[in-house]
This record gives sequence, structure tokens and C-alpha cells, in this order.
Amino acid sequence: MSGASDRVPLPYLREAAVALRDTQQRRNLATATTTIRAKRAAVTAEMPDWEALRVAGAAIKAHTLANLGHYLERLEERVMAAGGHVHWARGAREANDLVRGLVRGTGAREVIKVKSMTTDEIGLNRALAEDGVRAIETDLAELIVQLAGEAPSHILVPAIHKNRAEIRTLFLRAFGIAPSDLSDDPAELAGAARRYLRERFLATGVAVSGANFAVAETGSVCVVESEGNGRMCTTLPHTLISVMGIEKVLPRWRDLEVFLQLLPRSSTAERMNPYTSFWTGVHDGDGPRAFHLVLLDNGRSRTLSDDVGRETLRCIRCSACLNVCPVYERVGGHAYGSVYPGPIGAILNPQLRDVERDEALPYASTLCGACFEVCPVAIDIPRILVELRHRTVERKRERSPLPYGSAEDAAMVGAAKVFARWSRYEAAQRLGRLGQGPFVRDGAIRSLPGPLAGWSAVRDLRALPRQTFREWWRARGAGGGATPGEHEGEARDG
Amino acid sequence: MAESARNAVLAAIERATHQVRDADPAAAHDALTRGYRQRGGASLPECLERLEERLEDYGVRVTRTTADGLPAAVAAWVAERGVQRWVVPPGVPEVWLSSVRGVEAIADDAGPRELDGADAVVTSCAVAVAETGSIVLDAGPGQGRRAATLVPDVHLCVVPASLVVELVPEAVAGLADAVTGGRPLTWISGPSATSDIELVRVAGVHGPRTLAVLLVEDA
Ligand code: SF4
Repeated sequence: MSGASDRVPLPYLREAAVALRDTQQRRNLATATTTIRAKRAAVTAEMPDWEALRVAGAAIKAHTLANLGHYLERLEERVMAAGGHVHWARGAREANDLVRGLVRGTGAREVIKVKSMTTDEIGLNRALAEDGVRAIETDLAELIVQLAGEAPSHILVPAIHKNRAEIRTLFLRAFGIAPSDLSDDPAELAGAARRYLRERFLATGVAVSGANFAVAETGSVCVVESEGNGRMCTTLPHTLISVMGIEKVLPRWRDLEVFLQLLPRSSTAERMNPYTSFWTGVHDGDGPRAFHLVLLDNGRSRTLSDDVGRETLRCIRCSACLNVCPVYERVGGHAYGSVYPGPIGAILNPQLRDVERDEALPYASTLCGACFEVCPVAIDIPRILVELRHRTVERKRERSPLPYGSAEDAAMVGAAKVFARWSRYEAAQRLGRLGQGPFVRDGAIRSLPGPLAGWSAVRDLRALPRQTFREWWRARGAGGGATPGEHEGEARDG
Repeated sequence: MAESARNAVLAAIERATHQVRDADPAAAHDALTRGYRQRGGASLPECLERLEERLEDYGVRVTRTTADGLPAAVAAWVAERGVQRWVVPPGVPEVWLSSVRGVEAIADDAGPRELDGADAVVTSCAVAVAETGSIVLDAGPGQGRRAATLVPDVHLCVVPASLVVELVPEAVAGLADAVTGGRPLTWISGPSATSDIELVRVAGVHGPRTLAVLLVEDA
């Protein structure tokens, strides 16, 4: 999708505020995530060995990542032995240049694409456009967001923020259909997309895909999908280019027995997804005549260097953590400013990209732990979030000119002093009661000045009460104070 | 340039993992715990019943038959669907189609446009998984090239009971030779589908919109 890079994302907090005002998106998201949550719970509960599969999945991934170099070299060797080509890319630009070169070599002006977060991550469509090559997204949802000029908002259901009427309008314009010939029935809309894309599948010579898994032992590459566009793209064109993050490799064929069970039940909440394709290099007289596998690093090898990073890289992009996340359900995917939204995005982006604008992401969570519970490879997302928050604080301290480090540190040190002595604490409360006057509206403080503005922008505070509990207690001891009930809970805040 | 990127990535991985990697990765892999079910406990009739139920869940019509009844079952299906041209890959046993009359057969190595003109495709399979309602094609005899089972709008698959296993690990084990031999695999669990529009499940996007299964109980 070219959309993600067409628009410079705002920092998380501002994006989130915009998204929260979009009630259509919130309604769609709430319905979608509720439905899929219930389905996932049912198809995992029917498996008596679900926990054992999770444990095995986590162990296989951990083992692979610890020995990643070994398995990548084997994969490369096997793919080449089967007639495929293997390319390596350190970063996004290198990967894009590689793919551009390969496409240029074929002379194609159009390529068909099957949904791939990795190619979204590197902004491939935009790079291809620089050569005048048009990348056609063939996944229904990706096609919808591409036609809308937007970015996907969910790993699995990228157009979850669009309703049927909006989709109909897009299709009428893009496919040149008369309004009387297309209703907003989802089956009819899907049929219109089928007719439009069928011609592309039959006519286009080059396809670009991602990969869900690759097997080092055999050199086989795997795409897991629902619609059949993955089968079309990996079968009909004469040239297939697959861009794969280096963390996707698995040691042996046998390991698929675990992941073919974990992935569909966690992602689409199905016992099995409609189509899973495996191919090994090129097959005589069947499928593409040329196969290129691009192995992408783009921050992954750096992420690999500590426990937290290795645990993060186990992710198989199932999106179960998104569907259970209370924060994601409200703000949606775009707010994360990345192709990887939700809890996984909150831990993956700051490590892969290492940029300041991602520092807010680890705070986009209530640490409720639901994501860890559903994760098929048992990534302890809350623990990693806390670790990343810690790193952010450390980094801010290094950047800060203040003697105490950041303003937040200074506030913490001050608070510690105030809380240490009751006399200081009560004096501070009295001071606060006087000082808050101009900021209280309807019993709440909604915005504060100066360095506190950012903090209060996303929080509403209850105003300090007229009388604190301690004051009430003393007054009562001196004879004849009111009971707490008459203070309507104000006293609780003392 | 390509060579240097390769070496740079591998060197970065080596720096990141030199303290945690195994001296003998194969042995470490062998030692991984696999506490999940590797072999099912259900009887064959139970497996067939579950397979049927799961497939029907995906919107697949399953018809049970016997080896003797198969030719008539195929012919009845062809007549009911009004099939006029279909793709018959090499290796589909002639006896299966012995009662079919007046249907033009297209070779499975026809070009995509010719395949697009076929009403249906008929195949066998490599293995079927009861627990997930999956049918796997491994490019073996009677299964055709991948395009042949993809482009036509209807896929009729004949599943002999002897190829039905209960669990995914059993199927994966059975497919090891095909994969090691470099053959492509296609796992099919129901007709193509999408839930991309308001999460309403629509059967049939790009693959065959109809999948029908003839389950041969005694073959
Ligand atoms: S972190 Fe776990 S739950 Fe989230 S997408 Fe990755 S594998 Fe799925």
C-alpha cells in the first residue's frame, strides 16, 4: 500500500486524539474485534493441547532466533539448489532498489501484489512508482485502502475502518460501474473485485509477495491466505519476487505442524485458513519460471541482540493481540504511525526503527495483560512494554539538560520529598487548593499550563477537594464535624 | 553490493547471537519439547464424520460414496452442475470418469485463459485432515498443476478414506517426502473466502467459488 508513506504520520498522541473523534471507525472496530475475540476463544478452547502448542511455538521460534545465521544460510542454499535466487538487504532502500532492479529486468509496467506487511514496511509501492511501475494490491482489503489512498488500519482486516457504503462508492469510481449495477451487499462487492482483478491475474507477468514462513531444511516458502489472490500471485506470473523479514525462517518442515495450527486459530479464528501455499524454488512447468527471495534485515539484527528483542521477533503477525487490546479498540491502527499497530506495534516499532517518535508507543497500553494471554508464541508483551518504558526514561535522562534528568524525573524527586513528611504534604495540598482555582471546571482539571500541558492533555484530573480527609478527621475530633457521607466522597481524596 | 549486504547482515546476526547460539543447532532442535498431540486417537468412521462436519462448516458439499458407486456419483454431480468443459489432470483414474458423457476435457497444462474457460476441475488429493477440514494437493498423480485447481470456478475433489488423517501433525509427516522432493503444496480448507467487508464472510473471491468433495468410504 502506498498510503502509509503518502502521509506523514503525526506523533502517536495526536493521531490517537484524531482517531478517537472518528465514531464510524470506533463502531466498526468494536464490532469487528468483539466478533473475532469470541470466535478465537472458541476455536482455541476446542484444542485440548493449545497451551502445549503455544509452548512449542515459542520454543521453536526462540531456538531459531538464537541460531538465525545458521538457518538463513541453509535456507539460502536450499532455495538456490531448487532454482531460486536469494538476495539480501540491510535496509528498506536496499530492498526497494533490489526489487526495482528485478522488475526493471522484466520490463513489466505493472506488478500484482499479495498482502505483505514487509513490503508495506519498506514502502515498496512508492519506490516502484518512481520507475513508473504500478503495484496493484490484490487482497480485497488492501485494494480498498489503496483505492481510498489510505493506509491499512489492522494487520488482518486492513479496511476494518471502512463500511460497505464507503466501499461501494470507491468501487463505482475505480471500476467504472454504473450505480444501478452494484449494491452494497458484501457478496456483490466482492464479486465486482473478482471481475476486476481476474483480468490482472491473467495478464500480469510479475508478482510480489511476502512470506509467512520459510523452511531452512527444504527451501520452501509459505503464504497463508483466504481469498486465493495469494495462490494467483504465486502461481500465474512468470516471475515471483518474495520479500521476507529474516526472522520468518523456521528450521525444519516438521515445525510447520505447530505453526499451521497456531496461526489460523489465532488470526482469523478459523480451524484452518482457506488456502496455504508452499513452493520450493521453481517447479518445472508449474508456476513461475523465476523466483527471487529477498531477505530483509531493516533493524532486525540489531533487535536480535538482547532477550527482549529476541522475544519480540518471535511474532508471527497473527493480530490476536490487537483484537483483545482495549487501547487499540478505541484508537484504531493508524494512530500507531506504522504498518505494525496495536500491542505488537508498541513493542516492535521502537526496537526496529529506533526513532524518537516511537517513544510514546510503549505507553499506549494499560498493561492489562490480555495480549500476552492470547499470543500464540507467548510473547510477554506487558513485560517488554515496561522494559521499553524504562529505556525511554533512561534515554530522556541522557538527552536532558536538567540536573535531575527529565522534567518527569524532577517531578518525581520533588514528589518523593513532599510525600516523605506529613507537614510538607499538607502544606502542598493547601497550596494546590489555592493554585488550582483558574484551572478547575465542573470539578475537574482538564488542562494545565507550561510543562504540565502535555501531561494534562490526555488526562482529566479531579479537582482537589475543599476539605481533605485528614482535615475532616481533625475537625471531627475537635467535636461536631460532618460525616464523610455529607461530603459526597470528597473526603476520600484527602 | 549484494555480496556485501549478505555478509553485513550475517555479521550483524553473528554479533547479536554469538552468546546465545547453540554449538550444534540440529541437536538443540531435536531436544525441543513437543507436548502437543502428534497422533490422533479417533477411529476411521469418527475421522470421516469429523472431516465431513468441518468441510460443511466451510460451506463445502460432501457426498459419501463407495468405490463401486463413484463413477455414478461423479456423473450425477457433472449433470447437476451442467459441466460442459472441465480440466482433467493426468493421473485421475479413468474409471472415476467412466460414466461421464459429453464433457470436454481440457489438459491441465493449458494456458491460464483456456483454464479460465473451463467450468470445473476434478482432482484427487494427497491427504485430508479431519480436525481442520483440510485437503492437501502435492502435485502428485491426479492432482494437477497449481493453476489447474485455481482458475476454474468449481473444484470437485475425490477423497479416498485411506488418505484421511485426524491431526495436522499426521498430515505434515505424510507430506515430508513431497516437500523434500521439491513439490509445491496447496492446503485447501473450503472455498476461497473473505471477511474484509464489515467482517461478513463471503465465499468465493479469487479461487474456485465452489468446492465439492466426494468421500469414498472404502477406498
Ligand atoms: S505479538 Fe503475538 S499475538 Fe501479537 S501479532 Fe505477534 S504473534 Fe500475534
